[in-house]
Amino acid sequence: MESIILFAPLVGALICGFGWRMMGEQAGQVIATALLFFSALLSWVVFLGFDGETRQIELLRWIQSGSLDTFWAIRLDRLTATMMIVITSVSALVHLYSFGYMAHDENWKSGEHYKARFFAYLSFFTFAMLMLVTADNLVQMFFGWEGVGVASYLLIGFYYRKSSANAAAIKAFVVNRVGDFGFALGICALFFLTDSINFDVIFANGAQLSETSVRFLWADWNAANMIGVLLFIGAMGKSAQLILHTWLPDAMEGPTPVSALIHAATMVTAGVFLVCRMSPIFEFAPAATAFIVVLGATTAFFAATVGLVQNDIKRVIAYSTCSQLGYMFVAAGSGVYSVAMFHLLTHAFFKAMLFLGAGAVIHAMHHEQDMRNYGGLRHKIPLTFWAMMIGTLAITGVGIPLTHIGFAGFLSKDAVIESAFAGGSMYAFWMLVIAAAMTSFYSWRLMFLTFFGTPRGDKHTHDHAHDAPMTMLIPLGALALGAVFSGMVWYNSFFGDHARVMQFFGIETVAEMGADVAGHGATEAGHGTTDQATAEHAAAKPGVGAIYMGVDNHVLEDAHHVPTWVKVSPFVAMLGGLILSWVFYIARPDLPGRLAAQQRPLYLFLLNKWYFDEIYDAIFVRPAMALGRFFWKKGDGVVIDGTLNGVAMGVIPWLTRLAGRAQSGYLFHYAFAMVLGMALLITWMTLGGGAE
Amino acid sequence: MITADIATALPEVVLAGFAIAGLMYGAFGGQDRVAGRLLWATAGLFVALAVWLGLIDSGRQIAFGGMYIDDAFARFAKITILLSAAAVLVMGQPYLQRRDLMRFEYPVLITLSVIGMMMMVSAGDLMALYMGLELQSLALYVIAALRRDSAKSTEAGLKYFVLGALSSGILLYGASLTYGFAGTTLFSGILAGVTEGPMPLGLLFGLVFLIAGLAFKVSAVPFHMWTPDVYEGSPTPVTAFFATAPKVAAMALLARLVHDAFGHAAGDWGQVIGLLAVASMFVGAIAAIGQRDIKRLMAYSSIAHMGFALLGLAAGTEAGVQAMLIYMAIYVTMNIGTFAFILSMERDGRPVSDIAALNGLAKIDPMRALALLVLMFSLAGVPPMVGFFGKFYVLQAAVDAGLTWLALAGVVASVIGAFYYLRIVYFLYFGEEGAGLDATMPAVQWGFLMASAVAMLVGVVNLFGIETLAAVAAQTLVH
Repeated sequence: MESIILFAPLVGALICGFGWRMMGEQAGQVIATALLFFSALLSWVVFLGFDGETRQIELLRWIQSGSLDTFWAIRLDRLTATMMIVITSVSALVHLYSFGYMAHDENWKSGEHYKARFFAYLSFFTFAMLMLVTADNLVQMFFGWEGVGVASYLLIGFYYRKSSANAAAIKAFVVNRVGDFGFALGICALFFLTDSINFDVIFANGAQLSETSVRFLWADWNAANMIGVLLFIGAMGKSAQLILHTWLPDAMEGPTPVSALIHAATMVTAGVFLVCRMSPIFEFAPAATAFIVVLGATTAFFAATVGLVQNDIKRVIAYSTCSQLGYMFVAAGSGVYSVAMFHLLTHAFFKAMLFLGAGAVIHAMHHEQDMRNYGGLRHKIPLTFWAMMIGTLAITGVGIPLTHIGFAGFLSKDAVIESAFAGGSMYAFWMLVIAAAMTSFYSWRLMFLTFFGTPRGDKHTHDHAHDAPMTMLIPLGALALGAVFSGMVWYNSFFGDHARVMQFFGIETVAEMGADVAGHGATEAGHGTTDQATAEHAAAKPGVGAIYMGVDNHVLEDAHHVPTWVKVSPFVAMLGGLILSWVFYIARPDLPGRLAAQQRPLYLFLLNKWYFDEIYDAIFVRPAMALGRFFWKKGDGVVIDGTLNGVAMGVIPWLTRLAGRAQSGYLFHYAFAMVLGMALLITWMTLGGGAE
Repeated sequence: MITADIATALPEVVLAGFAIAGLMYGAFGGQDRVAGRLLWATAGLFVALAVWLGLIDSGRQIAFGGMYIDDAFARFAKITILLSAAAVLVMGQPYLQRRDLMRFEYPVLITLSVIGMMMMVSAGDLMALYMGLELQSLALYVIAALRRDSAKSTEAGLKYFVLGALSSGILLYGASLTYGFAGTTLFSGILAGVTEGPMPLGLLFGLVFLIAGLAFKVSAVPFHMWTPDVYEGSPTPVTAFFATAPKVAAMALLARLVHDAFGHAAGDWGQVIGLLAVASMFVGAIAAIGQRDIKRLMAYSSIAHMGFALLGLAAGTEAGVQAMLIYMAIYVTMNIGTFAFILSMERDGRPVSDIAALNGLAKIDPMRALALLVLMFSLAGVPPMVGFFGKFYVLQAAVDAGLTWLALAGVVASVIGAFYYLRIVYFLYFGEEGAGLDATMPAVQWGFLMASAVAMLVGVVNLFGIETLAAVAAQTLVH
């Protein structure tokens, strides 16, 4: 069943991508979508019926070279199962949504075929993403990792006639290369140190790695920390964390369904997944996790500040994604991997929905994306409005404080913030709370600017605005369910109830272990009793469950017992953001403009995204271009081409003429040459040879 | 004793008897009218002898007091010589017939020359070496001037003769020096004398003179000057013969001389041969670019190819000899195919050898053009044609023996050389259509052309097993 889930999208991509000329675009689209819905259905069956115990399903023998010996296998555990439902569900809905959204695209002339290509890319992406999350070894994961990179590149640059789309695609690809380089180094380091790329072996060596030191570049490093940081660099690239985040906003050049699927719900969360997957390593790498916490918190804060002032509806949501990814990393870095996964799950639902909702708005407004030209759309597109409203309630975290009732984001975000507090990093905690306030502000700003107030844009466009077709509204409805209920349903499994979390993720508790040992006989009895004194959730061995929490890792436990003011703080922050936003955009619409004028440097700083792009342009892009131009014009053009042309068109013909002249036809010339040759050989032999 | 000796050298004896009988038959049995019959009989005998040599496996036998050696190396070379001679005889026959050059002396002279070659590759003594060499050369001088009424042909014969005499003198001088210092003309004796201490200067000089004399036969630079003129002036079947069997014989003789007689001084002769090799590769490649006549072009091509074969020899190792033998076998096959094509180059029934005549052949006769294309690629050493593997073995042997710089020079030279081979292909397929060639081609020549071209492609599989045979041959030579 798992392999059907995995390969159905690939089959769909192949049929749709190569077969549409035979059976028509419509048929190709339908087949790809149907296969994905099938895959999604099976994923839910697997997820709901899954007992938490890790299973490996070997598909084929893959690499066998020296000590590198690995299978192509599906590693099925809670992480994989969770990711599978996220990926296949969102993907299936996005496929459906794309029927409507891509039906009449202005970027193509009539009669041009682009739909089948789009669906094939989407399906291919889904396959690669599944490949990534089901990987049983690092190289297999890297395959999926690069596969989603390719799909992302193809889809960002889908409108290849637009130069901005091409530039964005290249930017995404290149920035991801930087991260991938770190990831690849991490894989190499792990193989170097453990002599294996299989997760089972690597996980078993986590503790040992923390006691090893490695020489790398100019210094000795702790192996676990170094590997942790290298892997996290890979995660930073994919998940658009600070420093390597610049590609994500530009990636919005792709069609909106792509933004929803790849750049919000699935691919960008691969980094979070990677950190959770490698938890047996990260648990032994305190410096690396501290780094993750700081960077995640900073990203959450940074992206939220930028999101405050953006005018493009998709860019606001893009920065929001960037910010929410920072939340996930803080949770993972604090050692509460289950919460990171929880937020990943809920975020996938509400963020995909926000994007698809934004897509519906854009669709209704004839591809107008500037929110300053929206306004008052509440009555024109009521269904879209309600969908967006649910999404906003979810992302801002609306719920009843101190209970477990609320929208998905309420539960998961609060869990993240509590974990950050329990993790001990006050910096991260305050950053996240402030970011929560700003999240609330910009999300409501988006809502108010788009749906409330008076129409500000082109009158004709506003008059013709209408709700999207059913193919686009059904996915919104389905995702709305997730945005409302996913938090409440799985709260206990991911965070709330300790025993449930352990069981959900298949982590052996000491109690179970003791029972196991007793069952097996007395030989290993000593094992269980000595550990009994340690924390109750101390895992037996790394790699048994989906995630691993070290013996001294009590953050999950502590997070339940944080002070009440901590638990309420995100809600307060949310309310503050909401009220401020209401004042700014409903009550006193003139305020934002005045504030911007008053605080112009700050406003420009935020509007220009902290000038990251400009700085990178000056530091990396221009010097690289200059270097490239130098090698091209001088190195290749003058030196290489010049030399070769000179030799081929000057020197050799000259030699040829010389040889022709020597061949005079006169016998005595020939004889002379022979004698001369003789003399030469004899001299050569006398001077340099064995004649002594 | 003498019976056993003769039994060992029986193939040569049979051929010698045949040559005398053929001469008698021709002289008294109808002069040139029987020439065709005689030619076919000669070719048939060559093939039969080749098969015989291929089937007997007598190990290493020595006859006539060490003057004659029969071993796997000699047999490999003899089979190559016999088969290529037979092929050249057969495919040249229509040409000679049509030009009224079909003299009955022709097959007889070829037979005598082949006996000389077989003697050369079996030589175990400086005397035997010289006898074989002269018998071969004298026969070749005569057939170079086969077309007596043509000034060019006679000029070619004369030039070849005079320069050949000079090279013979050099060789003899080297032989006498060697004898003077070694006290024997037997290879094994010279070898035994060399082992003690550094080589005497006189012996070293003798070695260089001997190599120079043989370098003339393989037309290595700077002893190559005769080659283009003789190739151009001789009738094309004779040129084809020059380009194949004698080259194999001389190369094999050189290998035997340096390994059997001077095996302990590989460092000394290695550098001399290496120098000749590099010079040949470059001069062959560079000078060929300026040629307009395809026969002259093939002369330079063969100079360059001899450079590569010498590179294998310069390595001074078993692998080097093996590479040289493989290279020669491949070279001969390619040249037979190419000359089969050149023999067929006619316009309005008259032979042409101008390269420009190839313009647009692909439209007139696509099959022939395709075959030539394959052969040219193979000569240039483009993978996956067999010619590439010849070069590959040689270069590998050179690199393994530490002659990396020579190998690099070889690669550069082959890049330069690729130009003129590819230019022919350019003419075939993209040249302006001019007067063109006749589309007809005698069946025999067509057969050889196609067989050779196909061999260049199919041979990639296992080189027809030549690799193992050459390895065995090299093993017996290099101890």
